[in-house]
Amino acid sequence: MDILLAVIVGLLYGTAIYMILQKGLVKVIIGILILGHASNLFIFVIARLTRGAPALVPEGLEFVPEPYADPLPQALILTAIVIGFGIQAFAIVLLERVYKLTGTSEVDQLTTTDTIEATD
Amino acid sequence: MRTTILQTAITLLMPLFFLFSLYLLFRGHNEPGGGFIGGLTGGIAFVFHAMVFDSRVTRRLFRLNPVRLIAVGLFLAIFSGVIALFAGEPFLSSVWADFYLPVIGRPGTPIVFDIGVYLLVIGVVVQITFTMSTL
Amino acid sequence: MAINSEILLFPLLTPLVAAVISLFFWQSARYQRIVFLLGILIYLFASIRLMTWVWTHGYITYQGGNWPAPFGITFVADLLSAGMIALTAVLAVMSALYFEGGIKNSKVSNIFHPTLNFLIFGLTGAFLTGDIFNLYVWFEIMLVSSFVLFTLGGSRSQLEGSIKYVAINVVSSSLFLAGIGVVYGLTGSLNMAALAAKLPLVENQGLVTLASVFFIVSFGIKAAIFPLFFWLPASYHAPPLAVSSLIVGLLTKVGIYTMLRFFTLIFTTDTGYTHTILLILSGFTMVVGVLGAAAQIDFRKILSFHIVSQIGYMVMGLAVYTPMAIAGTIFFIMHNILVKTNLFLISGLVKETHGTYALKKLGGVYHTFPFLALLFAISAFSLTGVPPLSGFWGKFMLALGGLEAGQMAIVGISLFVSILTLFSMTKIWGEVFWKKLPESTSMIINRQEDLLRSRFLMVIPVLLLTAMILLLGLYSGPFVDYSMRAAEQLMDTEGYINAVFMR
Repeated sequence: MDILLAVIVGLLYGTAIYMILQKGLVKVIIGILILGHASNLFIFVIARLTRGAPALVPEGLEFVPEPYADPLPQALILTAIVIGFGIQAFAIVLLERVYKLTGTSEVDQLTTTDTIEATD
Repeated sequence: MRTTILQTAITLLMPLFFLFSLYLLFRGHNEPGGGFIGGLTGGIAFVFHAMVFDSRVTRRLFRLNPVRLIAVGLFLAIFSGVIALFAGEPFLSSVWADFYLPVIGRPGTPIVFDIGVYLLVIGVVVQITFTMSTL
Repeated sequence: MAINSEILLFPLLTPLVAAVISLFFWQSARYQRIVFLLGILIYLFASIRLMTWVWTHGYITYQGGNWPAPFGITFVADLLSAGMIALTAVLAVMSALYFEGGIKNSKVSNIFHPTLNFLIFGLTGAFLTGDIFNLYVWFEIMLVSSFVLFTLGGSRSQLEGSIKYVAINVVSSSLFLAGIGVVYGLTGSLNMAALAAKLPLVENQGLVTLASVFFIVSFGIKAAIFPLFFWLPASYHAPPLAVSSLIVGLLTKVGIYTMLRFFTLIFTTDTGYTHTILLILSGFTMVVGVLGAAAQIDFRKILSFHIVSQIGYMVMGLAVYTPMAIAGTIFFIMHNILVKTNLFLISGLVKETHGTYALKKLGGVYHTFPFLALLFAISAFSLTGVPPLSGFWGKFMLALGGLEAGQMAIVGISLFVSILTLFSMTKIWGEVFWKKLPESTSMIINRQEDLLRSRFLMVIPVLLLTAMILLLGLYSGPFVDYSMRAAEQLMDTEGYINAVFMR
């Protein structure tokens, strides 16, 4: 299971970086999205997997019996997902605004900030 | 997406969505659930509504400015943390009341915090929906 | 818990409360402004109080949520973080004044006030937190606010710049997250003090070094060090000036601050490897930044490239890794935040009078606005490090630290880059201030009295900042002391761990 997940993490990172390096901005945003998933899954795997034992205190007990799944990485991932959700929403709206304003979603066309020409 | 079936269904289902979101909110302390998931479920009701009707109709239905809701939610969340300061505990500590309420049980600051998160998440989801639908 | 540790909370909560209140007044710019100014003054006061308290009593730690140290929400204030917060407060006041002084529409200002408060909130949190995952969250609060501030106004170059800024920052955050994952997998802890205690005991030290490289890359992107800086000159010149001056002053410095924190506290076991990487990168950062500036023909872009080159100096101090060099870095951060912001604000004033940033179309400022030219000259000389001014002391401490550690090459590079900096400042001086005004350019404001009268609130921050730069240079003793003590505190890992665990 660990090995399979590790391979998936690798694939996700690879896909994400490939997508981020594409020219179309939509692909870049999809890449950003997948990159978030890759990192989350990475944390999930690296913090060690415990199956079928949630860290919930059963009725009538004062503590969680061993072994239990570490809840902290799950909390971290949840937080990271929420943050990623906000950033993706922002990125999509930004993309739409850029497309409306410039009429293109190709990174190659968006070079006004990279030229040596002075701004007004 | 103007289909009569979905429109009727969503109108009927919206109260259910809300009921379920409130259920998730209040069972949150010791069992799976909580303000964030509850808020998302509640927000989804409006997302669907905006999808099958029009975001303008939803805006009229929602009445409030979502930003106000965000502000109220954030305020409640901070407030729940500050209560602890008045009780002489560090910021964000849980402070529990001495009495019991029906349905909710013993009221404490975590529920105030969760309600704050609930309102904040609904506000954010609805604001994102409105912004994206008017692009 | 000491009774006084609540003073750590005030700088943290004030911007949040101010932001929430100004969200309530979403439609009313006037109330927002009042709330904002009140909030920022309370913040300034609270941060100075925090700084003086830390100066006299040492570390303050605070455990949010009433859980003991490795489990709770840890906040730690030491001299470095308290000083950074005080600088944040000063800059926030300046850019707020500058923003109120400029001409703007109400839609922009409705968003500006709450977002700036959230930005300050995120910055304060990032400076105070004692937990690496919380640091990630604070970073995100700060970044999302800065995304919004970047796009305010929505001109073409702004949107293009922000696309690059957003994309690169998402990559950086994701690497940061991966680094957190590795560290958590190794030690099972996220608290900085606990990590500092546990990481040297990890058997597989190679993995620790691997994790540290994740953090070097991630913070390197945020701080704009050598191979990762390209987003900075592509986006920093685009947003409205009040915004960009604040971002210029602070956001890259947060990257440096976290590097200082991580590589003096957490990753100190294999300094031969990590700090050598940092040393090489710092050298390249200095040289490439200043050469990039030499090619530019736009006032603000030249200044943007200089940020990169100055970042190199800060990393250099960290990489040399002696108390003197780190003190130099801290002094240099103080100096650079003030000077860089001031130069940006002056470029904004020139834009107010001439309506452009293009060097070709500018000219004759010295003739028409001698006062402005004087202010620029002070800041520019200070940036290059001419003796009595603040830049000199920073570079002097860095060079001294480097020589003590026997790192001749980097000291040589840093001094050589100073000369190049002087060269590119003379380029601005010659083109903008001394050259005759080209006949094709029509000026918007053409008398000094008009500038002072109509842009009164925009001139005030420039004056105040210049006064602070002069103070930092001519009366540098207390500030040098402060940096020295902050550096000693940084190098004293045991002290930090004991403070957090209250041993």
